[in-house]
Amino acid sequence: MSDGVEPLSVRLGRTLRRPGKTALFAAMAALICIVGLAQSWSLALAILNLCLISAIMTLGVNIQWGYAGLFNAGVMGFAALGGLAGVLVAMPPVTAAWRAGGAGVLSALVLASLATVAAVVVYRRIRHPAYRRTAVALVVVAGYFAARALFEPAVRAIEAVDPSVTGYLGGFGLPIVLSWFVGGALAAGAAWAAGKISLGLRADYLAIATLGISEIIVAFLKYEEWLARGVKNVFGLPRPVPYEVDLQNAAWFQEWAASLGVSQVDLSSIVVKLCYAGLFALVLVVLMWLSEAALRAPWGRMMRAIRDNETAAEAMGKDVTARHLQVFVLGSAVIGIAGAMLATLDGQFTPTTYHPLRFTFLIWVMVIVGGSGNNWGAVLGGFVVWYFWVEAEPMGLWLMDFITSPLSADSPVRSHLMESAAHMRLVVMGLLLLLVLRFAPGGLIPEERR
Amino acid sequence: MEDVVNAVVLVTNFLVVPATAYGCQLALGALGVTLVYGVLRFSNFAQGETMSFGAMVTILFTWLLQSWGVGLGPLPTALLALPVGMGVTAGLCLLTDRWVFRFYRRTKAQPVIFLVVSVGLMFVMNGFIRFVIGPADRVFTDGTRFLLTVREFKAFTGLSEGLAIKTTQTLSLVVAVVLVVLLFWFLEKTRTGKSMRAYSDNEDLALLSGVSPEKVVAVTWLIVGALAAVAGTLYGLDKSYKPFTFLSLLLPIFAAAIVGGLGNPLGAIVGGFVVAFSEVFLTYPYRKFLAYLGPEGWRPDGLVQFLSTDYKFAISFFILVVVLLVKPTGVFSGKSS
Repeated sequence: MSDGVEPLSVRLGRTLRRPGKTALFAAMAALICIVGLAQSWSLALAILNLCLISAIMTLGVNIQWGYAGLFNAGVMGFAALGGLAGVLVAMPPVTAAWRAGGAGVLSALVLASLATVAAVVVYRRIRHPAYRRTAVALVVVAGYFAARALFEPAVRAIEAVDPSVTGYLGGFGLPIVLSWFVGGALAAGAAWAAGKISLGLRADYLAIATLGISEIIVAFLKYEEWLARGVKNVFGLPRPVPYEVDLQNAAWFQEWAASLGVSQVDLSSIVVKLCYAGLFALVLVVLMWLSEAALRAPWGRMMRAIRDNETAAEAMGKDVTARHLQVFVLGSAVIGIAGAMLATLDGQFTPTTYHPLRFTFLIWVMVIVGGSGNNWGAVLGGFVVWYFWVEAEPMGLWLMDFITSPLSADSPVRSHLMESAAHMRLVVMGLLLLLVLRFAPGGLIPEERR
Repeated sequence: MEDVVNAVVLVTNFLVVPATAYGCQLALGALGVTLVYGVLRFSNFAQGETMSFGAMVTILFTWLLQSWGVGLGPLPTALLALPVGMGVTAGLCLLTDRWVFRFYRRTKAQPVIFLVVSVGLMFVMNGFIRFVIGPADRVFTDGTRFLLTVREFKAFTGLSEGLAIKTTQTLSLVVAVVLVVLLFWFLEKTRTGKSMRAYSDNEDLALLSGVSPEKVVAVTWLIVGALAAVAGTLYGLDKSYKPFTFLSLLLPIFAAAIVGGLGNPLGAIVGGFVVAFSEVFLTYPYRKFLAYLGPEGWRPDGLVQFLSTDYKFAISFFILVVVLLVKPTGVFSGKSS
């Protein structure tokens, strides 16, 4: 063995332990193809599209957690801001609502910003701590009530405009793809605020602050109907890709379907989903390339140094808090982009669907399972976990049916277990997170040693 | 003069009494967070679900007692089932420590890893609870509903405003006071309690003095589990039990613990009341209150509400933000670094 040739068993063992990322991604593609063959290609493509969006969200969380060790407990809120961007950018403006209350809302916003500026000025100008606190509190409270006095009548006027269809200000009527950038910017803004408050303190505070800010964002989106109709939801966001009906009516498409020998309905649904997949894949590739470049650059080395030893990095003159804020804002922007893409795919904005289990927790499972610190791992985690999250429902029901089959069909135990099978999905995901963290903290594709 | 008394009764009925009961429940929850933080040095995201689990066990046992026809007369049967809930939840905490947290303690993992692990645990527990009891709303209060009804109060005083005190509200206060007194007696007077405080203040020094870390950790989890079960049950008795509410209770609980200073038990209690009173007082419409105080026949135009009840928990967040900006160690100077 001195000439460096390893015994076959050792080589084989290593290959079995650590399949390369190509093999893992190929296996993932095969899994999606199985759905295509066994269930339907339309379903397989639907899963693929959500896998792509999940992968982008996971990439965002990995930027925060894998690069810098920051725990973001508010993924949900940043994704919801992305969805809001979809409405604000792409929906046509409601001119009647703007006439009724646009000026009121805008002036209230201007007043609120003026009050904020005034509070900052007062804070800087007054030296005496006790006076300063009282003065700032007075400015804030006065500003709040003044802005509300302008805001409330305007909101009532806006929400009275044809409430069953609009009752909100609408958007700017621009192409929806622009909302992906706007969603990123909105999420980045919220992340900046949350980070500014809590970074530099203990890690726990960032987690709690993000948890709070995400709940407030979702509550805001639910109850502020003048903005995006709240729980009344916005339907019919314009699409970046053709509509099925238009395709079915086009002559060339009918010929194409006939030449392939498939029904026009099936083909149109597949073509539309493929268009989405192409767009999403493009975004994923661009973001992936940027992330990988950043990780290889001196910036990535600095981030790892900070993550692994904050004290040493600080001693070398790195501003740890500022770097943390930067990486937190970047990661949240990526989550916002994915949120906007999700609203684009759904074609609607429904604030009630933003639930921490689906949007915060599941994304975390994806990152941890995939491999924190490794972009390829995070992306793979997004694919694998989403796939099993969707496919676990039929599997879970089948399993529960099998386990309870000895019981009679009308037994209360059996019906309770069958009804509760859906909740088991959560338990399995939580256990997966705990087990991976404990026994394979690197995940499917661990971080490379550089 | 009578108007002023009416205004005071109005505020007591709609604000002071409910806020006190809610404050007791939050304080017990925040005590759990702060004790775990003091001894194990991480923020336990699973605290809300631990409370939910304790309430669930209590409810299940209450149903069993009710089916046997056992009751406490005017008091809720849940009070009889509560010790079982406390015991089972304390046991669960010990088990999760053994299976989940101990490994990371031994490997001296970073606090943020504990955080992620506790989030994972929170979701496992959330799924398990909904698996056992289902996601529906459960009302399990029995016995006399009111200690003092609006009608009795009005007949007694002759005022136009009434005051009602629910049995569950009184129970929240009494149970919380008893438990807090017991806890502080334990922390201040007993040997184990002293070693817990020593371990929390300075781990190395405590270890040098022969404090057994595993024992301290085990006792902490026992206390945290028992307190969480009480907090969850009292909250469920006072309002109703629904597994999803405990996810949103997490924010006020953390806010309460941080306001008082993480790791400081007295601070957690004060923090619980600060958060509860701010939530209730800032979302109450003061229209009727001001009408009593203002000139005869006058009423304010709007509801005179500082913030809509939809944004109730935003208040805990704002309190949190103010504390983090002004004094990150909390009012009673807990640990921040």
